[in-house]
Amino acid sequence: MPHIKLPEGLPGIRGAMAFRPETAKPLNELVEVLLCGPSTLTPGERELIATYVSYLNDCHYCQSCHGAIAAAHLDGDEALVKQVKADFQHAAVSEKLKALLVIAGKVQRGGKNVAPEDVAAARSQGATDLEIHDTVLIAAAFCMYNRYVDGLGTAQPQDEALYRERGKQVAREGYISVSKTYLPAEAFAR
Amino acid sequence: MAHIALPEELPGISAGFAFRPETAKPMRELAHILLHEPGSLTPGERELIATYVSSQNDCYFCQTSHGAAAAAHLGEEQTVKQVKTDFESAPVTPKLKALLAIAGKVQQGGKRVMPEDIAQARSRGATDLEIHDTVLIAAAFCMYNRYVDGLGTWQPENPQVYAQMGQHLAQHGYLRPSSKRS
Repeated sequence: MPHIKLPEGLPGIRGAMAFRPETAKPLNELVEVLLCGPSTLTPGERELIATYVSYLNDCHYCQSCHGAIAAAHLDGDEALVKQVKADFQHAAVSEKLKALLVIAGKVQRGGKNVAPEDVAAARSQGATDLEIHDTVLIAAAFCMYNRYVDGLGTAQPQDEALYRERGKQVAREGYISVSKTYLPAEAFAR
Repeated sequence: MAHIALPEELPGISAGFAFRPETAKPMRELAHILLHEPGSLTPGERELIATYVSSQNDCYFCQTSHGAAAAAHLGEEQTVKQVKTDFESAPVTPKLKALLAIAGKVQQGGKRVMPEDIAQARSRGATDLEIHDTVLIAAAFCMYNRYVDGLGTWQPENPQVYAQMGQHLAQHGYLRPSSKRS
């Protein structure tokens, strides 16, 4: 049971965003820019960073949801998503993404953990300043989304098929577009 | 030195915002709604929650700038210091103490929030919206703090700089930059 009276039938962050459409707007816009906007990192790579951080924060809803979106971007490769969570150094991802996942993991524990060597390692694998910036911000933002979802005690379905279905839809249409199916108008314009 | 080539002379989060205006916009808007727009918690109370979480996350820039904004709203800074070191003995309402306890749990991790914490806040008059906003302010500052420290931003030590920033934030909120490039 959620800690406060959230609209029923909307799991995870969706219930929280429907409760407070004013804050849903910037929350949705931020995730849309970071994970779906133009970038030299693929949407699949960015979703893997979001999934990894949500896994470290032990947020079931976010790691399942973003893991499913990542898999949808990666030709349905759910094994790769699992491997990134369990041990990304041995996953079939680029050396650059591994270096960025190291930075994301440091940010998850606290911003001060990021050392110049971590940034240098990412640069030596070809990461740009913008890619490093976005990695830090994706990791930081999921430390927010994860705490928001768990801190309100939102409903978090266990059925993987639900996340798989949703993941395909979000990968295809993006966050803002999909949220129009359940959020009121004030979540989109002010 | 910042980890990436951020615009020079801009302190803390202002440098991250200037580097990436596309993400700055929703981040500014979120802070503005949570901390500045009218609510049943005063702006001073909400800035105290932001300051406390930033202090728990050991982010110098955020705890000092939001501490200054809280002090500007409250007209004194002793309460800000007291909330950071021991909010239970600070001169704030029992309701705010219960909300600060929830914020402190969220800072450690969302799952730490217990039904008892919520019941305590409710018994002291907190509404669902106030509990929601407390959870989201605490969660959002777990983002802002990591963003500011994770980029290795420049964080001035001059208290004057923060006092001015605090005045600006308390008056104008978060939609426009409080630090301009000199």
